Amino acid sequence: MTDNLYMPYLMRIEKVTYEAPGVKTFMLKFINEEDENKFTFRAGQFGEYSVYGVGESTFCIASSPTRKGYIECTFRQTGKVTNALSNCEEGSIIGFRGPYGNTFPVDEWKGKNLLFIAGGIALPPMRCVIWNALDVRENFRDVTIIYGARTVKDLVYKHELQDWERRKDVKLVTTVDPGGESPDWKGEIGFVPTIVEKIAPSSKDTIAIVCGPPVMIKYTFPVLAKLGFQDENIYTTLENRMKCGFGKCGRCNVGKYYVCKDGPVFTAAQLKDLPDEY
Amino acid sequence: MNIDKHLIRKDSLEKLFDILKQNNKAIYAPASKNSKVSFKEAGSFSEITTGYIQTAQSSKEVAFPRTEKLLDYTKNREGISVKGTDIKDFPEIVLWGVRPCDATGIGELSAIFNWDYKDEIYNSRLSHVTVLGFSCSALDEYCFCTSVDGNPGNTAGSDILFTKLGEDGDYLAEVITEKGLAIVSLAPGLFEKDVEIKKEKFLAEVPVMFDKEEIRKKLEKFFESEQWVEQSLKCLGCGACAYVCPTCACFDIQDEAHGKSGSRVRCWDSCGFSLFTLHTSGHNPREVQSQRWRQRIMHKFSYMPDRLSVYGCTGCGRCSRACPADMNILEHLISIQEVTV
Repeated sequence: MTDNLYMPYLMRIEKVTYEAPGVKTFMLKFINEEDENKFTFRAGQFGEYSVYGVGESTFCIASSPTRKGYIECTFRQTGKVTNALSNCEEGSIIGFRGPYGNTFPVDEWKGKNLLFIAGGIALPPMRCVIWNALDVRENFRDVTIIYGARTVKDLVYKHELQDWERRKDVKLVTTVDPGGESPDWKGEIGFVPTIVEKIAPSSKDTIAIVCGPPVMIKYTFPVLAKLGFQDENIYTTLENRMKCGFGKCGRCNVGKYYVCKDGPVFTAAQLKDLPDEY
Repeated sequence: MNIDKHLIRKDSLEKLFDILKQNNKAIYAPASKNSKVSFKEAGSFSEITTGYIQTAQSSKEVAFPRTEKLLDYTKNREGISVKGTDIKDFPEIVLWGVRPCDATGIGELSAIFNWDYKDEIYNSRLSHVTVLGFSCSALDEYCFCTSVDGNPGNTAGSDILFTKLGEDGDYLAEVITEKGLAIVSLAPGLFEKDVEIKKEKFLAEVPVMFDKEEIRKKLEKFFESEQWVEQSLKCLGCGACAYVCPTCACFDIQDEAHGKSGSRVRCWDSCGFSLFTLHTSGHNPREVQSQRWRQRIMHKFSYMPDRLSVYGCTGCGRCSRACPADMNILEHLISIQEVTV
C-alpha cells in the first residue's frame, strides 16, 4: 500500500459461487504477489470492495485467516455496487482495501465450547470464525452451529452446511421460518430464537457468537440470558453504513464509538452501554 | 517557537502581497461577489475585500476540497491500471485574511484526519498551505468564539496573525510558526521589530455565552431528550450547516466514470441528510431529522472532546447565518445548558 489510504489492492475474481437467490460468493486473489505476501487479517474484519467506475461497498471477509493466498466475500445483490459486482465474471478485476476493524478474540476462547447462532445473509461474517475454529479444532471443546433463513432457498453455503452436518466434531442445527420449508426439508421449522430455546445449549464454559438481522439479535439475547449466558460471553458484529472504513467519513458511529474502528465486533455487555443507533 | 511581534505599515500589506506573488505563491483571499464574500485566488491586491465579519464559506477547502480525487483508473485490454493521487503534487498556497475561528478549525480538522489512520492526502495539502490570519475588530450576533476556547485575536492555527491597530491604522504582525518566518524572510524590510504593541484594545469584545464543559457533561445524559425533536422541527435536512462549517469533515466516496476511464473522488457530505446512514436493507439508524440534528450536536460537543480531545466547533456562527430555516446553534446550546438533567 502507498501513503494513499484509499488505494485498493487489485484482485482477480478466481471463482464465483451461486449461494442463494441474489447471493454470490467471490474467491479473490491478489494480482500483485507482493500485496499477497504482506496481507494479513483476523476473523471478524471487513473491507471495501469496488468495481472501478461504479463505487465501493462494505462487506466482511468471509473466508478464514487460516486459509492463505485468497480471501472470499459473500454479498446480496441489492444496490448499485452489488449489482455491478454481481455482473462481474470469473477473471474480472476488482478493488479491495482493508482489512479494517477489530476482531473476534478467537485465541482467548481456547478450551471453551463455541455456540454459533446465525440468521440469513449474516452467516458470512460467522463463517470466517467457524472455519477459523474448525481449522484449529483441537483448541476448542463442543462446537454447535444454529443457522436459520427465511426459506430453504435462502440458506447460504449449502455445500458447507452438508460438510458440517457430516462432521462428528460439529453439531449443526438448521432451521427455516414457518412456511419457508420445502417438501423434503429435514431441518427444524421455526424462528432462530425459538430454536435456540428448544435446543437449549449449555452456557457452561461456552462462548456464543450471534450474527443476524437486528430483530433476530434482539430476540436471541434474552433467550441466551435465560440459558445462563453472561453478556461478556456473547459476541456479535454490527453493520452500520460506512464509506472510508477507518474512522474519518463520520457515519458509522453509534454514540461515540465507531463501528469501523471500535467494532464491528462487540460483546452483548458492550452493546448495553451503546445508544440505540444501529 | 516564541511569537515574534512586528509592526507592518498599512501600505506595506500590498507590497507583501506583490512579493508573495513574485515568489510564485497562489494567494487565496476574501473577495466580494454578489454581496457574498468568499475565498478566491487573488490576482492583485485590489481584489481583496476587507471589512467582512466572516466569509460565507470557511477556508477549510484549501486542505479539504469539496471534491478530492483519490485515484484515477483506466480499463484496457490487459485489465486495469490504477494511479493514486500524487500527494507531492499539491500547490503552494497562501491563505490571506483568515479569521481566527477558521484558523483554529484547521486543528480540529487535523485531529479528525489523523487520529489512528493518517490521511496523507489531507496532510500533504495542508503542509503546502501558509495561513495569514486577520484578527476581528467587529462581530455580529452569531459569533461565539470565546465560548469555545477561541478569541478574536487567537493565534492558534495561523502562521502569521495580523491585527489592525485602530481604524485606518497600521498592523501588528505576530509571527507564530516556521512557515510564518519563511514569509517574513521573503520581505524582511516590511516587518519592523516591535514587542511593545498590545493588541487587546483593538479586538472585538465577544461575550462568553455558555460553558462548554457543562454542556458536554449534560450531553452525556441527554441522548434520549425530547429537546432534540423540539429543536430540529424547523430543520429541512439541507446540509448547509455542514458545508459552511470549518470543522465538519464527513465525506462520501463516489466513482465518476467517463467511458473506459474515470476517477474515485471523496466529496463533502452531511450527517443532516437522511441517506447518510441508510443501510442497504432499508433500515436507518437515524431515521428522523431529530436524530440527525442530535448527531451533529453530540459529535461536536461530546464525541469529539471524548475521543479527540478537541471540540468540533470554533464559534464562527456560519451554520446559523447559513440556515434557511433560521435555526440557531447558539440558542440551542444555551437551552441545553439551562436544562436540568
